Amino acid sequence: MSAGTHTDLILSATFPAMPSHDAGTPGWVMLAYLVAGVCFILALRGLSSPVTSQRGNRLGMIGMAIAVVTTLLVAFGAGELGRDGPGDTRYLVIDQLALLEILAAIAIGAIIGLVTARRIAMTAMPQLVAAFHSLVGLAAVLVGAAAFLNPEAFGIATRLTPIAEPSLLLIKPLSRLELGLGVAIGAITFSGSVIAFLKLNGNMTGAPILLPCRHLINLGTLAAILVLVAWFTQDQSPWIFWTVLALSFIIGFLLIIPIGGADMPVVVSMLNSYSGWAAAAMGFTLENSAMIITGALVGSSGAILSYIMCRAMNRSFLSVIAGGFGAVASSGGGEAIDRPYKRGSAEDAAFLMRQADQVVIVPGYGMAVAQAQHILREMADLLKKEGVKVKYAIHPVAGRMPGHMNVLLAEANVPYDEVFELEDINSEFAQTDVAFVIGANDVTNPAAKTDKSSPIYGMPVLDVEKARTVLFIKRSMGGAGYAGVDNELFYRDNTMMLLADAKKMVEEIVKALA
Amino acid sequence: MDFISILSIFVLACFVGYYVVWSVTPALHTPLMAVTNAISSVIIVGALIAAAGAASPLAKWLGLLAVVLASINIFGGFAVTSRMLAMYKKKERAE
Repeated sequence: MSAGTHTDLILSATFPAMPSHDAGTPGWVMLAYLVAGVCFILALRGLSSPVTSQRGNRLGMIGMAIAVVTTLLVAFGAGELGRDGPGDTRYLVIDQLALLEILAAIAIGAIIGLVTARRIAMTAMPQLVAAFHSLVGLAAVLVGAAAFLNPEAFGIATRLTPIAEPSLLLIKPLSRLELGLGVAIGAITFSGSVIAFLKLNGNMTGAPILLPCRHLINLGTLAAILVLVAWFTQDQSPWIFWTVLALSFIIGFLLIIPIGGADMPVVVSMLNSYSGWAAAAMGFTLENSAMIITGALVGSSGAILSYIMCRAMNRSFLSVIAGGFGAVASSGGGEAIDRPYKRGSAEDAAFLMRQADQVVIVPGYGMAVAQAQHILREMADLLKKEGVKVKYAIHPVAGRMPGHMNVLLAEANVPYDEVFELEDINSEFAQTDVAFVIGANDVTNPAAKTDKSSPIYGMPVLDVEKARTVLFIKRSMGGAGYAGVDNELFYRDNTMMLLADAKKMVEEIVKALA
Repeated sequence: MDFISILSIFVLACFVGYYVVWSVTPALHTPLMAVTNAISSVIIVGALIAAAGAASPLAKWLGLLAVVLASINIFGGFAVTSRMLAMYKKKERAE
C-alpha cells in the first residue's frame, strides 16, 4: 500500500461519507458517465423527427438514471468496490441516513416536477421553460457554493496540514476558475430566468424597462465579475466568491429587464444556452464527462436557437441583448388609423373560405393568448369536409418561444404534416385563395420587404398578401404589433379585417360554417 | 482525468451538439428546449456529491436543496417533454 492511499484511509475515517476522488475515479464509473452522455446526445438526435422523438426522450431518462445511480453508488462507497472492498459497517450506517435524506429530496422534487408537468397548460409553456431554467441556474449556484464550502467532497482541494484540526484546505486554482465561472453563469441564468418568467407570465410588464446608462452599468458589472473571478484564482478569500455570486445575480436581472416581450424567444433560448454552460463549468470542476457533454449539448442548442430566432427577425444578437426593442410603440402609427380598410363579418369569412380551394392559416401569439387553437382546428375540420385544403404556416418567431405555435397546434390535434415552416410555404401563398391570419401581425407585414425605414425591414415575413384574400383577425384597429409598427396589410384591397377576440371570431365562423 | 482530456471531451461535444441540434426539426423546438432543460439538470450529480458530504453541514443542506431543484427539473422536464411529444400526430388518425 502506497503512502498516498494510507493518507486517504485516515482521511476517510475522519470524514466517513467523503468519497475519495483523489484515489482516481474507477473505470466503470467513468464509463457509466460516458454512456449517460451518449444517451443525452441520442435524446436530442431523436428530435429530428416526431416519429423518433419519444424514443429519444426515453433514452434521455435512461441517461439521467444512469448518471444519478452511478453518482449515488460512488458517493456511498461503492466506488471502493474492486479497490479495497466495501467500507466497514460504521461507514455504512452513517451513509444510510444521508442516503435517505437524498432520496427524500429526490422524491420531493419528483412530485413537484410531475404535478407541474401534468397540470401546465400548453399555452404557458414559455413560462414553464423559463422557470425550469431558473431552477438549473439556482442548482448550479448551490452546487458551486457547496463545492466552495466543502471542496474535499468534490476532490478539488489539497489539505495543507492533514488531520490537524484547523487544517487549511486549498482549492486548486484551475478548479477555482471553473467554480467562479460556473457560479457566475448559474446566477445569471437564475436571475435572468426569473425576470423572463415574470415577463412571460404577465406578472411584470412585457415592455422594456430602460435604466439610464444601462450599457455602462452592465459592462462595468460584467467586467467586475471577470476581474474578480481572475482574482479568485489567486486568492481563495470567501468574500471574492460571494461578491462574484452577488454581482452575477444583479447582472442577470439587469440584462433581461430592458428586453421587450417580442424578443422573448431569443431570451428564452439564450438562457437555455447559459444553463448549459453552467452545467459544463460544473462538469469541469467535477471532471465529469456526462456533465460536460450535456453542458456542451445544451449550450450549443440554446445558442443555435437564439441564432435562428435572431435570423428570423433580421436582428443581430447584440441588438437583442442590448434591449429596448418595441419601447417606442405607436409612434407614427397615429394618423394611419384613419386609413380606409375593409371590415368583414364571420359570415363573410365563412363564405369566402367555403368557396376556396386552399386556405392557409397563419397563427401567432394572439392565438395562444386567446386559447383559440382548439376551435381553430374545428374550423379547419369543417372546411376539410367541404373539400377545402387547409394548411398552417408558422413563422419561426411566432409566439413566445421557438416552436411555440407547433406545440399548440399539436395540442389541438392538428396533424404535424399540415403544418409548414416559412420557407416551405411562402411560395404557396400565390396559389392560395384565403390566408387566415389569427393573432399574428409583424410576421405578415409586407413593409418588411419594401419599406427601408421600417424597424422590421429585412425580416423574413410570410407573403400572405399574395393570397387572393387575406382574412385578418384583430381585436381592434388600434394597437400595433410588438415591433410598434403599423401593418400595411390592413389597408390592402384584398384584406378583410375581422375585428373581434380571436376565439370568439373563430367560434362564430364555425357556427356559420356548420 | 487531466484538464486537456476534459477539454477535448468538451470541444468535441460542442461540435456534436452543433450538428445534432441543427438536425432537429423546427416543429420540435419547444420540446427541444424542454428536454435540454431536463438533461442540463445532470448538475444533480454535483448536488448529490454535496448532499452526501458530511464535512460541512451547510454545504450538505445546500446540496440537498440543489437535489430538490434539479429533481423538479428532471422529472418535470422529461414529463412535460413526453406530454408534448405525445401530441404530435400524423394525418388520418382518429376521427
